[in-house]
Amino acid sequence: MSVLIGRDTRLAIQGITGREGTFHGTAMLEYGTAVVAGSTPGKGGQRALDGRVPVFDTVADAVRETGANTSCIFVPAAGAPDAVMEAVDAGIATIFCITEGIPALDMIPVVEAVRAAGSRLIGPNCPGATSPGKAKVGIIPGSIHREGRVGVVSRSGTLTYEAVQAMSDAGIGQSTCVGIGGDPIIGTTFVDMLQLFADDPETDAIVLIGEIGGAAEEQAAAWVAEHLRDRPMAAFIAGRTAPEGKRMGHAGAIISGGSGTAGSKVAALEAAGIRVASSPTELPAILRGAGLRG
Amino acid sequence: MKIQEADAKSLLVAQGLPVPAWEVARTPQEARAAAERIFATGADSVVIKALVLVGGRGKAGGVKLAADADHAERTADLILGMDIKGITVRKVLVAAAADIIKEYYLAAVLDRDARRILLMGSSEGGVEIEHVAATNPDAIVTLRAHPYLGLLEHQARSFAFRMGLSEHWREAAAIAKGLVATMRAHDADLVEINPLGIVRERGQGGETTDRLVCLDAKITLDDSALGRHPGHEALRDLDEDDPTDRQARQADISFIKLDGTIGCMVNGAGLAMTTMDLVKRAGGEPANFLDIGGGARADKVATAMRLILSDSKVSAILVNIFGGITRGDEVARGLIEARRVQSRDVPMVVRIVGTNAEDAGRLLQEANFETAGSLDEAADKAVAASRGGAT
Repeated sequence: MSVLIGRDTRLAIQGITGREGTFHGTAMLEYGTAVVAGSTPGKGGQRALDGRVPVFDTVADAVRETGANTSCIFVPAAGAPDAVMEAVDAGIATIFCITEGIPALDMIPVVEAVRAAGSRLIGPNCPGATSPGKAKVGIIPGSIHREGRVGVVSRSGTLTYEAVQAMSDAGIGQSTCVGIGGDPIIGTTFVDMLQLFADDPETDAIVLIGEIGGAAEEQAAAWVAEHLRDRPMAAFIAGRTAPEGKRMGHAGAIISGGSGTAGSKVAALEAAGIRVASSPTELPAILRGAGLRG
Repeated sequence: MKIQEADAKSLLVAQGLPVPAWEVARTPQEARAAAERIFATGADSVVIKALVLVGGRGKAGGVKLAADADHAERTADLILGMDIKGITVRKVLVAAAADIIKEYYLAAVLDRDARRILLMGSSEGGVEIEHVAATNPDAIVTLRAHPYLGLLEHQARSFAFRMGLSEHWREAAAIAKGLVATMRAHDADLVEINPLGIVRERGQGGETTDRLVCLDAKITLDDSALGRHPGHEALRDLDEDDPTDRQARQADISFIKLDGTIGCMVNGAGLAMTTMDLVKRAGGEPANFLDIGGGARADKVATAMRLILSDSKVSAILVNIFGGITRGDEVARGLIEARRVQSRDVPMVVRIVGTNAEDAGRLLQEANFETAGSLDEAADKAVAASRGGAT
């Protein structure tokens, strides 16, 4: 088993005929993901990804014809909130929104509607997820992974690749690796992911990669202290040198009014018994020190 | 994007919020003329405030009262040109000094955890809300707006009463609704009034009326929404816009100048922050945050290099690329081209892994670049290079 995605994932790509949809869609297929459909309004009936995937006008058509249960959104920011709603209305259970640059206030009603419908949204502004050896959804390079039993959850993209590569190089494989997104308003939080990993019999240990801004890491630490003391964990927090009041690339990565600092997050995680690496390369040793075997 | 107090007040006025009249002056003479007009309306004194996009203006001496037009001119002369947290004051706001009975704090912000707009208020106005949160958290009143409908009438009313504004509840509820409306109309991350004040106004016959008004305004706009608000670009303060900020924006590069000596070029925001942190851990100081974004091509790399080198303090450059969508060989070509045309020779340490990293390594080796395998090694080498040591 893995979380979010696995062998039973049947993926529809929203925006499959665009440049990003085509490039990453091809990489997902080659990784072995069951990409069963794509949608682009007006291009229903065509085939995408070298003729390997049928294109539908709507997500509802894709679900009806192919049984898609997961979607991955590469639609530009102006149309992305609507794309999430289209997936929700078509009954998609797990929705990954890769799109960056969606105005934060647009996501407030969308996240609420996703929740009310009982679906799950990951992102926006996220790299997606990989369950090594089973499926990959999004833009994480498949080559960095190794099959294994460590769950990875992160707010970042390339920083996650760095950490995962360090783990794979050290012989530590992953059960599922997910980027939850760098925006202030996102569908799935650290705590949501920790709950999924906690319930997954194939996840023995967890790596949490956070960054400055907000209080999601502090909440994750509090949740771990209460519910997850027995699982080996390691963490990394980016932005120890970030100045106050400046948005560090990600819309959500900002220290304001003295809150959201790396120091506060590191202190909260360590108080919960989670060791925080000072470089991603230290993560494998910390995991082993915390009791991970292998 | 932060906007100046005067522009923030204009946005509030457009939503029907009560804001006492103000003028903006760029010279002592303009300030004098503005003060004369305000005194003509019956004001006893005027307040002159530095217009800069940093907090703590009052403490820095950037907010002063003046009792007559001469005094206003001298005061403006003092404030204009003043340095507040590294920013030169180029304009001031002039308004009638209010007779303040009591000050409150009121703000609409994004609540990330609840995924709602959060209304936050306190009867301890005029001080930073962080200070109140630390010393007297019970004085802070909060309320979350409806995710679909915004702030409802009954929510605004109950908020006014909880703020202790029973005598002014209609005004307070209207202002609370106005803040959330301003936030939604302009895609703001923050709309803050500090202080919101009960002010005493005297009529012609000497009778007094107490009114609730917005005495200050701070608004931060969501950068992701600038595209759908064509008017917002005009609110960008070009006085405080560094030329490098402008170049970075035009090239779609995320760039923040810092005080150190080691320039950083990275793909991805989280990795860019991590690279800065590792420079610091290795004993150096990062000169900047720079994220060239996903899929960056050679020309973008050259622009990024120019941005880094425009800072004369930079004595070494660390390039860290984890290729996913970004192709390592493209970045390597961009670096080689950038170094060929750059005006200043600064030691550079390059680490490229991921997509097409082997091609990149060969290109860099042929061009005699210093390379590194791991991120830790790259940071150590860059710090050594910045000190003029062998790498």
